[in-house]
Amino acid sequence: MVMYWVALLAISILIYLLLDGFDLGIGMLFGAAGGESQRDAMLSTVAPVWDGNETWLIVTGVIMWGSFPVVYAMVMSAFYIPVVVMLLGLILRGVAFEFRGKALSSRWVWDVSFVVGSFAASFMQGAMVGALVEGLQFSNGDYTGGTLGWLTAFSALCGIGLCFGYSLLGACWLVRKCDGPVRDAARRQIPPLAIGVLVFLVIVFAYALVEHLPILQRWTDRPYLFVFPVIGAGAAAMLAKSILRHDDYWPFHMVALIFVAAFATLALSFWPYMIPFVVTIDEAAAPHASLAFMFWGAGLFVFPLMLLYVAIGYRVFRGKAAPAADHY
Amino acid sequence: MDPMALLLSRLQFAFTISFHIIFPAFTIGLAAWLTVLEAMHQYSGKPVYRTLFEFWLKIFGVAFGMGVVSGVVMAFQFGTNWSVLSKMSGPIQGPLLSYETFTAFMLEAGFFGILIFGRPRVPPWFYLFSTAMVALGTTLSAFWIMVNNSWMQVPTGYVLQNDQFVPDDWTQIIFNRVVWVRFPHMLLASYLTGAFCVAATGAWYLLRRTYRPEAHVMLRMGLALAAVLLPVQLFIGHLVGDYVHDYQPAKFAAIEARWHDEQPASEVLIAIPDSSTESNRYAISIPVLGSIIGSLSLTSKEVGLTSFAPQDRPPVLIPFFAFRIMVGCGFVMLGLAWLGTWLGFKHRLDRNRLLLWGIFLSFPLPWVAILTGWYTAEVGRQPWTVYGVLRTADAVTPFLTASAAMTSLILFVAVYAFIFSFGTYYIYRLLRAGPPGLGGKPLHVPVPNRPMSLADQAPAARSYLGAGE
Repeated sequence: MVMYWVALLAISILIYLLLDGFDLGIGMLFGAAGGESQRDAMLSTVAPVWDGNETWLIVTGVIMWGSFPVVYAMVMSAFYIPVVVMLLGLILRGVAFEFRGKALSSRWVWDVSFVVGSFAASFMQGAMVGALVEGLQFSNGDYTGGTLGWLTAFSALCGIGLCFGYSLLGACWLVRKCDGPVRDAARRQIPPLAIGVLVFLVIVFAYALVEHLPILQRWTDRPYLFVFPVIGAGAAAMLAKSILRHDDYWPFHMVALIFVAAFATLALSFWPYMIPFVVTIDEAAAPHASLAFMFWGAGLFVFPLMLLYVAIGYRVFRGKAAPAADHY
Repeated sequence: MDPMALLLSRLQFAFTISFHIIFPAFTIGLAAWLTVLEAMHQYSGKPVYRTLFEFWLKIFGVAFGMGVVSGVVMAFQFGTNWSVLSKMSGPIQGPLLSYETFTAFMLEAGFFGILIFGRPRVPPWFYLFSTAMVALGTTLSAFWIMVNNSWMQVPTGYVLQNDQFVPDDWTQIIFNRVVWVRFPHMLLASYLTGAFCVAATGAWYLLRRTYRPEAHVMLRMGLALAAVLLPVQLFIGHLVGDYVHDYQPAKFAAIEARWHDEQPASEVLIAIPDSSTESNRYAISIPVLGSIIGSLSLTSKEVGLTSFAPQDRPPVLIPFFAFRIMVGCGFVMLGLAWLGTWLGFKHRLDRNRLLLWGIFLSFPLPWVAILTGWYTAEVGRQPWTVYGVLRTADAVTPFLTASAAMTSLILFVAVYAFIFSFGTYYIYRLLRAGPPGLGGKPLHVPVPNRPMSLADQAPAARSYLGAGE
């Protein structure tokens, strides 16, 4: 039962990364778009699905609360400021979808909100992951690191890294969903973004070596973990090839594969801890009565239905989004 | 624990949830009404239903968007500010909110995109189905929230183990009688909110002498629904009072501003309760009515606040006044709905501008009633977070600093005030512009290159209508 919820939590986080990743990425690229019609076209590729994408964040949150209440309480309270800023970012960018079209002269306000909100949310997510990797201060189950204990050079670096990663995902989504100038602009953005992600990974790895981060030991203990970076590297090579060939379909899938590889690497190097070296999965697990109650309804029957809704949504809005001029 | 951080966390929770509830209260009712309109249009083919659907869909979109983004905050705020509560009650509240997210949010979110953007891409039956699924999602969400909150009001079906509430009977947690009076109470309140907003819009157009056909449909449907639902709501409200009387006697005494045990008890209609002297000033009360309301008896003894230790008493002022405002709103709405429906039958409503003004100006009443109702329930629950078991002061994140809490509160107030003022302004402008297409003057000048704007779907919707009917 515990394993089932660990798996579901991991799947939900991964789905969140991939889905909200590309729409947060589009939010960040939005600021660099070359004009009103391009911005409209970019937005039209995510407008029908963003709400569902973001819901996976709530799914992640409530699975964590229901299945691992100790971890939920510790992580959320330790990350007070980054969680609040992330939520405010998501609010600003979320309302921008609806408000932008209603605004006349105040339109720029929502364009700015959309970009700033996307940056804030992405950066904070990356920073939180970075702080977890680096290690937070706990004593007796209570966080003792202080209000800004999560903010270090390393976590800030991870925040920037995730901004690059999401933007890359977003650019590949645009290549897949758009035509004309929007696609071409996105395709030109992919190489610098991909190089940014690569540089970030190199710095992180070097930092981990220099600082002797405890998580690095997992790698020497578990050499089989290297299979994921290898998959990631293969996907990166495929990405480069598909960009050179001007392929519209494959770049998104290759970047998604890089995300999967990175996520698997991280998750497995945490194993069996949920908060590295503080709380293990078994220590954090909710009582059986809670896990079972969730399993026999939500887990077994509703979760597949949720995947079905996502599939329906993406199927209805499949294919290239129509160019702005004749959208209706 | 920092007392300032506790106070700020309570203010922040109260503020963010009060802001949030405005939107679901509206969209639950509106989603159901949209489903009815779409079904009636598909069944009867009358264009007026389609026009109204497209019109209210735009307003629904804005309100739903604000509800979604402010709702995300709620899912995380338990953990950020109330870490002791979330650790202790996670085994019960976590699964309940998981059910909410799994059954409701994903359903809403999945079909919302189709509702707003998908009409040209799906067959009509599937579009109607999507509308119904969004409505179902909003309703299920309300259900799970009420289960969750009711458990905090009247905790049952658990044992306390290792500092955690461990569930031992889920059927008691979900199917207890408290849930099954509070959920209908909230659901009806949402339907009434939708009904009054629709009716008020209809009244507004009649007063302005525009959009007559649409205004008539809105006024008739809104008032008729309210006229039927309000008596039911008052009865269910009475049942809600019964559970408070049985399970939360201190809250009941606070609502009644009853300081001392009385037999038979009088009912304080209005007064200024004063907790320093433990008495009421300027009280107007009716003898024996308190016993009748509390226990349906002429002789029953009713408990007063002084029977509880001072540290176990809720504040009195807020529950006392909030409850009276809620009930007052209910009766004003009942009067308007019945009078309006009756005059509508006699075809005299159009000429009665005074009543139309009354209906138009009554649109905030359901929200006032909902908010004051919640204040009664939640402030009356104090000093407990989980009633009788976990105090609010013990539930807060122990290491939260006042400065962090102050920062977040200021940020939330600033951002919410910002999006609320723009959001209500955009909704006002949509309402003012009125339904597109039939009856009125052309409203939306098509602006090129604005494909994402719902407001700009007007021309497309019109041509679609023209082609279809």
